[in-house]
Amino acid sequence: MSTAAVESRLQEESSQFTRKRVLVLEAGRAERNYWQDLWCYRELFAVLAWRDLAVRYKQTAIGVAWAVMRPLLTMMIFTVLFSRLAKLPTEGHAPYPVMVFAGMLPWTLFSTILGDAAASLVANASLIGKVYFPRLIVPSATIIVALTDFLVTFLLLIAMMFWYRFVPDWHFLVLPFFIVLAVFASLGPALYITALNVKYRDFRYIIPFILQFGLYVSPVGFSSSVVPAKWRMLYNLNPVVGVIDGFRWCLLRGQVSFYLPGFLLSLIVTVGFLTLGVSYFRKTERTFADLL
Amino acid sequence: MSKHTVIRAERLGKKYLISHQGQRERYTALRDVIARRVTSIHRSAANLFRRQPTRASQKEEFWALKDIDFDIREGEVVGIIGRNGAGKSTLLKILSRVTEPTEGRVTIAGRVGSLLEVGTGFHPELTGRENIYLNGAILGMSRAEINRKFDEIVDFAGVAKFLDTPVKRFSSGMYVRLAFAVAAHFEPEILVVDEVLAVGDAEFQKKCIGKMSDVAKGGRTVLFVSHSMGAVASLCETAILLQKGRVKAIGRTGKIIEEYMQLSTPVTQASFIEQEGVPSITGISLDEEAIRRGDFSAQIEFVSPSPLRPPVGGFIISTLSGVPVWGTNGRFHPADNRIVSAQRGTLKCWASSLPLLPSTYTLSGWLGDWHQDFDQKLNVLSFDFNPNAEVSLRPDPDAIGHIDWQASWMVKDSSLELTSLTRQ
Repeated sequence: MSTAAVESRLQEESSQFTRKRVLVLEAGRAERNYWQDLWCYRELFAVLAWRDLAVRYKQTAIGVAWAVMRPLLTMMIFTVLFSRLAKLPTEGHAPYPVMVFAGMLPWTLFSTILGDAAASLVANASLIGKVYFPRLIVPSATIIVALTDFLVTFLLLIAMMFWYRFVPDWHFLVLPFFIVLAVFASLGPALYITALNVKYRDFRYIIPFILQFGLYVSPVGFSSSVVPAKWRMLYNLNPVVGVIDGFRWCLLRGQVSFYLPGFLLSLIVTVGFLTLGVSYFRKTERTFADLL
Repeated sequence: MSKHTVIRAERLGKKYLISHQGQRERYTALRDVIARRVTSIHRSAANLFRRQPTRASQKEEFWALKDIDFDIREGEVVGIIGRNGAGKSTLLKILSRVTEPTEGRVTIAGRVGSLLEVGTGFHPELTGRENIYLNGAILGMSRAEINRKFDEIVDFAGVAKFLDTPVKRFSSGMYVRLAFAVAAHFEPEILVVDEVLAVGDAEFQKKCIGKMSDVAKGGRTVLFVSHSMGAVASLCETAILLQKGRVKAIGRTGKIIEEYMQLSTPVTQASFIEQEGVPSITGISLDEEAIRRGDFSAQIEFVSPSPLRPPVGGFIISTLSGVPVWGTNGRFHPADNRIVSAQRGTLKCWASSLPLLPSTYTLSGWLGDWHQDFDQKLNVLSFDFNPNAEVSLRPDPDAIGHIDWQASWMVKDSSLELTSLTRQ
């Protein structure tokens, strides 16, 4: 009997019997209905995200303090360093600390997703060796934790805006778009690094370096406007630049030298990274169980 | 109940690449890859001048499974047996979708679920309630399904009072009960169980077996991998015997187990060519009858150009993974009779009641005199040690060690002492 005939017979039998799903496993087969599969496992995604969140905020005080202290201290140092000592200008009329913090928010989101995602697969190795699910949901679930941290930090920004009596205007309404953009800008490199981290176990030593390097090549402590005009385009090859500029544009009443061509370039780079990250992750995903 | 095919495997194969770059590495390190690249660039640069071909990287293909074909019908309880490395666990991994086949295909009708090792997918920081949802979701239950069975699970585990306590404060008994309760209420159409998963926890293992027979009686399909012929014989109607990644036989359990027993024909005799000019071992043999009783009896035949004063022999029993577990040697266990010298002869050795767990072992032989080592034959014989053909469930020797030795235990409750101390 031909294989196709068997399959159709199986399908027939099972459809009249119960609502059983017929599954065919063969090399490369998982590729075809990958996204559909991902959707079927949305509950596991929710549970894993909720687990990470619950563990992170189990000791609420420490969880919140951690999410608050890190950006707050960095903001203070950057303000002293770049505003007081280097005498760099702020954006428009915004107080320097608020300007720094508005850049700090997306950067922290980016670095949390990158760091947590990279460690996620190795941390869940016991699951991966024993249970099937689309591996993509493990690093993706860290986004939820990162977004919660983001929310806590965001409250801090609101408090700071009160303190400096700085009220954002309608530009503020576009912020959700940039939050989504920030997540996607992080996800691309995060997936790539996650897959590399499974393959090369010493890759994790490089991650803190990448993050530290990224912090200085991104306009976190200073405004993008200090970058000379002729370098702006090149500077925007860093996808985080577009996100940070966007955040500042939303939060600082649009008084930002928003450089549209550069932003579009950042957008393209983001999409490029995302495609690269997802495709590399999916290419290596099949071997994760054999490697971990 | 009609019997439909629920699992069909066709020409299934799984290939692994084993790298022969030094030792087999557990994982690749980036620094090694870089170092390798640099050396290979260096080498090919050097070869450019020497006009020698570059050596291809040493990777060997290893087929963990090859050309596997079988049909499993609804409601069948199928045992998968075979020696270590026969491909049993790889087969289960493919069926539970953890790893992809390299070739061929499997068609499965219905949801596949596995009984997992205790605590896989448990998080110690989370409460009992939270862990039920977490573990359920990992096993593949929907939230609605867990909600429906939640009370049953809690009842079954008997942890109602501790639902909101982090499981890291649970006693190990409670922990196992909870883990098992979740697994037991998971009702996949096809249940996959790897006995090795339950290593070290006899109670969990026993419960799993019980659960499996319940599931089987309920008319669902079960696949069971085990080293224990007793468990397979009592649970499964059908068995699949794997050997070196291929299906050796499929059929009724009794027949297949018989075949498995015959298949593991131990190598109990080996002869060697005499080496010129040096004392050498010409033969080693093992008494199968003694092994079956649980004793040890073996002999070494030797030839020497000049008399050995005196000839001394030695044996080492090792596990299949090469770890020596026991050895004896004429130097520290001197022969009962005194022979001053001999040029040709046999060295015979006995030991009674080897304290070893049932497993497959290899035997090495050694020849020397009081001062010198002359010859050795490493792991030349192999035998299955399973006195009285024991069928009870035993922990996997590879996990807990190969020595079978009785131990006594005493439990002391120190909390009482503490209170009496504070009262004083």
